Amino acid sequence: MLNWLFIIFATMVIVPALLVATNRNPVNAAMNMIVSFVGLAAMFVLLETYLLAILQVLVYAGAIVVLFLFIIMLIDAEHAPRPKVLTYAASLVALAILSFGVIGLVNRSMEQGGFADISVDAPAASAYAFGVELFTRHILPFQIAGFMLLIAMIGVIVICRRELDATGTEETRS
Amino acid sequence: MNWTELSILLLKAVAMIGVVMTLAGYSVVLERKVAAWVQGRPGPNRTAPPLLGNIPVVGRLLTRMGLFQLPADGLKFLFKEEPVPGHVKKFYYVLAPVMSFVPAIVIMTVMPFGQFIDSTGQVATLILTDLDIGILFILAVSSLGVYGIILAGWSANSKYPFLGGVRASAQMISYELAMGLSILPVFLWVGGTLSLTSVVEAQAGLQWWILPQWTIIYQPVSALIFLVALFAETNRLPFDMPESETDLVAGFNTEYGAFKFGLFFTGEYAHILLGSAVFVLLFLGGWTLPGLPVLAGVFGAVISVLIFLAKVLFMVFLFMWVRWTLPRFRYDQVMTLGWKRLLPLAVANLIFYTVIIAVIEQF
Repeated sequence: MLNWLFIIFATMVIVPALLVATNRNPVNAAMNMIVSFVGLAAMFVLLETYLLAILQVLVYAGAIVVLFLFIIMLIDAEHAPRPKVLTYAASLVALAILSFGVIGLVNRSMEQGGFADISVDAPAASAYAFGVELFTRHILPFQIAGFMLLIAMIGVIVICRRELDATGTEETRS
Repeated sequence: MNWTELSILLLKAVAMIGVVMTLAGYSVVLERKVAAWVQGRPGPNRTAPPLLGNIPVVGRLLTRMGLFQLPADGLKFLFKEEPVPGHVKKFYYVLAPVMSFVPAIVIMTVMPFGQFIDSTGQVATLILTDLDIGILFILAVSSLGVYGIILAGWSANSKYPFLGGVRASAQMISYELAMGLSILPVFLWVGGTLSLTSVVEAQAGLQWWILPQWTIIYQPVSALIFLVALFAETNRLPFDMPESETDLVAGFNTEYGAFKFGLFFTGEYAHILLGSAVFVLLFLGGWTLPGLPVLAGVFGAVISVLIFLAKVLFMVFLFMWVRWTLPRFRYDQVMTLGWKRLLPLAVANLIFYTVIIAVIEQF
């Protein structure tokens, strides 16, 4: 039962993820991304980390892809030009390197006796345990991530700040 | 799990959908009646089926109350011709109404609506699935509802629906933040659990024989922010930017007709009902009345469900009352209110209650 569910949801993650990268239409790509995220949330449920599953849907599927769609619609990206040959070549090289990396990784861990069983008793099982872990053991990465987001936010504000010119009307900086 | 258990679960789910959808349908009639009442006119009072409407007193009364309006409208939606305009993007055009409707049904699974106490004193919540992070589930799933509106606006491939879709996405993102922040103090207040059942149980008592333990009394600002955000998230006036009919024809659903429009329509009312239910659970004490314990047995359970329903229907009435009283905001005013007023207020509210709760715990 669990195995079948795993196969179904793994397909639900991987196939749309592939379509995100290859689809010519940005809206199709964004919709595939949602399906992939929801599949990922289902995988978290299979691992019994319900909180992560719900956060995955809440943050990624519910908020971030909405922003993507908003921007795709706003800048009318439906008529994206076809990429150049060089872009294709570069993507192929990157794909090759990544594939070799993954194969190497799998081979190495097989030599060392296969993958470890994923612990079902994950610390993120309940909101309380998750919070305690986040604010004690992982406080430094947490703070750094927050700081980086703050930097990004300040950057955005600086870039799109409007200045008043001599006549008092707003003018975007060029 | 054997087949009997499974079929019982299925029956419960179908019953829940049946009740909520009927209520959502009758909210439409209620809306028209409230609108009529606010504007001083009788509202729908003519529709009557041939035999039922001719019963001497009762039939006439039901007709005057407009209760036969819902079957008439529903059947009309079902049997109308369903034209699909030639310029739409077909797949997303068909998908959009479904996507705006499904989240409302999914939310029902974690919505508690009453309490049953058996003769041995064992307490059971009336709920389909008692998730211990129920409120997060509700927030997560309801945040998916916006895709229906965005896709409807985009797939229609014409100007006004498109503007409606863009407005919807911006508005939903803005108000989700304030909504999430406004309910955090509630869960801190009741002791750091995210389960809706325990929030309701924490509000059951009566302090000093006079003060209900309802959260709205201790956290009026949280309740206000949540209510305003709820209006914005359910696209109700004064926040119905995505379908403001004065400047966008009908907004995101301009190109829809017949049953697809019906899905958007009932989906909106289902969202209002479920949003009201969440408000009642969080701030108005759910199925409890201050000072009155839930009675044991089936009778007590029915009473608790009725109390809950009465509170929810009052909130639905409030939604309609506001709609027919206030004028619509301008789009920039909606954004200003969301980002410059509600969000800072929600953050300040959260910090204030965190400090207060920390101080209370010290003594």
